[in-house]
Amino acid sequence: MSTPLSIAKKQFFEPANLTDQDLVRILDSMLSRSIDAADLYFQHSYHESWVLEDGIVKDASYSVDSGVGIRAMSGEKTGFAYSDELIMPALTQAASAAQTIARVGGKNVCKAWKKANPPMRYMIKNPFDFIDEKSKVALLQKVDQVARNESTMITHVTATLASVYDIVLIAGTDGTFVADVRPLLRFNVSVIAEKNGKRERASAGGGGRVGFDFFIDEDRASDYAKEAVRQALINLDAQPAPAGPMPVVLGSGWPGILLHEAVGHGLEGDFNRKGTSAFSNRLGQMVASPLCTVVDDGTLPDRRGSLTVDDEGCPTQKTVLIENGRLTGYLLDKLNAKLMGMPSTGNGRRESYAHLPMPRMTNTFMLAGQSNPEEIIASVKKGIYAVNFGGGQVDITSGKFVFSASEAYLIRDGKIDCPVKGATLIGSGPDVMQKISMVGNDLKLDPGVGVCGKDGQSVPVGVGQPTLKIDEITVGGTQV
Amino acid sequence: MNQSPKLFEDKNVIHAKEAELKDLVSYVLEKAKSLGATEAEIGASWYQGLSVNVRMGDVETLEFNRDQGFAVTVFFNQSKGSASTNDFSKTALDDAVKAACNIAKFTSPDPYAGLADANLIANNFPELDLYHPWPISTEDAIELAQCSENAAREHEKITNSDGASLSSHQGCRVYGNSHQFIGSQIGTRHSMSCMVLAKQGDEMQRDYWYDSARDYSDLLPPQEIGAICAKRTASRLGVKPLNTQHAPVLFSAPIASGLINHLISAISGSNLYKNASFLNKHLHKQILPEEISIVENPHLRKGHGSANFDSEGVATYKKYFIHNGVLDSYLLGSYSARKLAMKSTGNAGGVHNVLVEATNLISFDNLCKHMHKGFIVTELMGHGINIVTGDYSRGAAGFWVENGEVQYPVQGVTIAGNLAEMFKQITAVGSDVDYRGNIQTGSILIDSMAIAGN
Repeated sequence: MSTPLSIAKKQFFEPANLTDQDLVRILDSMLSRSIDAADLYFQHSYHESWVLEDGIVKDASYSVDSGVGIRAMSGEKTGFAYSDELIMPALTQAASAAQTIARVGGKNVCKAWKKANPPMRYMIKNPFDFIDEKSKVALLQKVDQVARNESTMITHVTATLASVYDIVLIAGTDGTFVADVRPLLRFNVSVIAEKNGKRERASAGGGGRVGFDFFIDEDRASDYAKEAVRQALINLDAQPAPAGPMPVVLGSGWPGILLHEAVGHGLEGDFNRKGTSAFSNRLGQMVASPLCTVVDDGTLPDRRGSLTVDDEGCPTQKTVLIENGRLTGYLLDKLNAKLMGMPSTGNGRRESYAHLPMPRMTNTFMLAGQSNPEEIIASVKKGIYAVNFGGGQVDITSGKFVFSASEAYLIRDGKIDCPVKGATLIGSGPDVMQKISMVGNDLKLDPGVGVCGKDGQSVPVGVGQPTLKIDEITVGGTQV
Repeated sequence: MNQSPKLFEDKNVIHAKEAELKDLVSYVLEKAKSLGATEAEIGASWYQGLSVNVRMGDVETLEFNRDQGFAVTVFFNQSKGSASTNDFSKTALDDAVKAACNIAKFTSPDPYAGLADANLIANNFPELDLYHPWPISTEDAIELAQCSENAAREHEKITNSDGASLSSHQGCRVYGNSHQFIGSQIGTRHSMSCMVLAKQGDEMQRDYWYDSARDYSDLLPPQEIGAICAKRTASRLGVKPLNTQHAPVLFSAPIASGLINHLISAISGSNLYKNASFLNKHLHKQILPEEISIVENPHLRKGHGSANFDSEGVATYKKYFIHNGVLDSYLLGSYSARKLAMKSTGNAGGVHNVLVEATNLISFDNLCKHMHKGFIVTELMGHGINIVTGDYSRGAAGFWVENGEVQYPVQGVTIAGNLAEMFKQITAVGSDVDYRGNIQTGSILIDSMAIAGN
């Protein structure tokens, strides 16, 4: 039976006749130059995407990218180089460049490789295996029809089917020797609706570390089309949004980007080691209302943000960041864990072999509370109910974060009233988290479309939350 | 450090790479033809460089980058297929072309697809002066970054640092298509940046500054970058709340380019043919005050966005997108041009050096006086921009102005409006042009926007 390790060895070792011993030689040669630790990250990445527009599949592309990232660490210093050639001379050259970081000094030894068999969090086969090109085209065309049949106001439909199949192998002087095979699929539908000269765009989609059949089962792909149309039609009737501080009820699922921005980034280990985060030195303190328990969990099966092992070879885990309002943990990679005297939480991630790993989120969400979602909305006299969002951003130092609603409604006297135009919400993480006064019993994770950016590196992530109420946050509408 | 590989030591490397990429492109064009493609186009690129980060006086990271990529598109009549790889071996290139040809069997014929029209392809290649390799050692790069961080940390309000960095890259791109065109361009990019923190009581703030240039000798001295960074960071301490209100908003030059970028997006072909822009059907209509023009200068020497041909090989040329406030030209590649029954404007892949001109440019101090009372925005957050409707709502930080003078820093507010109205309400443009990017403008004053605060 093929395992991630056998697939990875076949991919990386066989073509260039590399052996385990070659890797040991490279790592050993780096340690002899007074490096504390070094690692190699082999990656072979296969991308495929199919795009439908104007009712026809106009373009598709295949893409192959592979290489090895070589990192050498000496205290807080990191040297990094990479090669897109998987042959010994190129690897040796990159290793020599990476170890430029070392100071002259003692000598460390490469630890024997530990046999690692972390539990697998997803299938290891290519998500497009057993599916021919005709089925991909047929699915896109079906989705186009579904969207157009939903409403005559739809003037434009774009549908995209994209897949990534990643094979990675990580070998380190700390004894790490592990491989992972990572499928990742995503389907997206974007529509433009027009009524009386007014136009609106909306999009919907989903995916995960799953196979192509994910979109066929339960007719998920058609649901994305219907959802995109529903949002576009609602926004055609949206009124200008109010401006100023007011109560806001956030829907379950994707609005969990609240936690990603307000809490998650601020708890990444690098910022806290350097003391640059609004959450620095606050372990053990109350940083949210007692109703809030927030976790980062990379072990959830088949989720977009899940990983069997992180990009440093550490198995992922469920890390409790905030428990009943108290700050209990940071997100750590190996470097920051070592410098902070804590164990890695399996959150060392990188965009590719050509980027350095750093602490990143996986699936970040808030656990369910006691309240009924209806009861939460009914408790608001005048405010906003926001159920869909575009992106968000945070300044981890001041704690200020924003996230932009793409589907929202006014709440009047405890009832959902008219839809309002998209508006940006702004607040300070520790402040807003204290103002969460009701948490629903309806925890939901997002459909699998999240991308997180940090220092120019993008990685797939997940978010989630139950319906919740923030007593006061600033809504950036136009109605002053 | 016991090793100091010098970057760009061998100046022949870039020319050898350029020749190698050209050979690859010719090879693959032939290959595509032999596989029956009626048309083909290929883009190949390569770059290498160095980036160093220092923090609290010591090296944090030292990275050696080397990237290459290759993308082929084939057309079988009007069915299209694409593939790309970073492996330049013959086998990998052959596989990529075959994969692209295979895809074209399954995609639908599209009457608007195909290469750019042959008569638009570039045939004139003025020298753009983009290649200025920096013969810097890693030790010197580290020292320069340290100078910048040290200068910032000398400021009395600066308590912590997120580090300073220096990066230097050289690269080349080659594009060829079956109109017998093969063009290439080599260039360098160098940048230095610094980010520090200031603390006062419970309040913690950070800010950054950077410079970027084609020629390293055009960069600001590192000490100056550090000093500007420290001054900007310290000036953010002492934040006061702002009430929800309508008020004039002054977009400072470094972020005003974002506003112009939204305008460029709204007049881009891909949004226009989908009817997905608030500026759809606005050609030859007034969209800015008549004092303002927006020009594209693709052939500027040392320009950040300079290019003789666009990503389809079409000749770039100087033009006004907006002339005296009137929309004079869209940005079109050949696909969107055909969709709109127009001609490519040499903008496949984007713009090449955009500059905002005004009949009367005003100094930043005078802009503040002119505004009298309002909000200077120095930082924007989030993605609340809807190009279909023009609706705009973003997080903002900056300074509150009264009687023409800065009063105190502000953060945690939003500014909102509609881009179509905001563009018409531009009342002045500053002479403080930010020259660090592909889109260059001075500060922009907008008469009134909704500010949401307390």
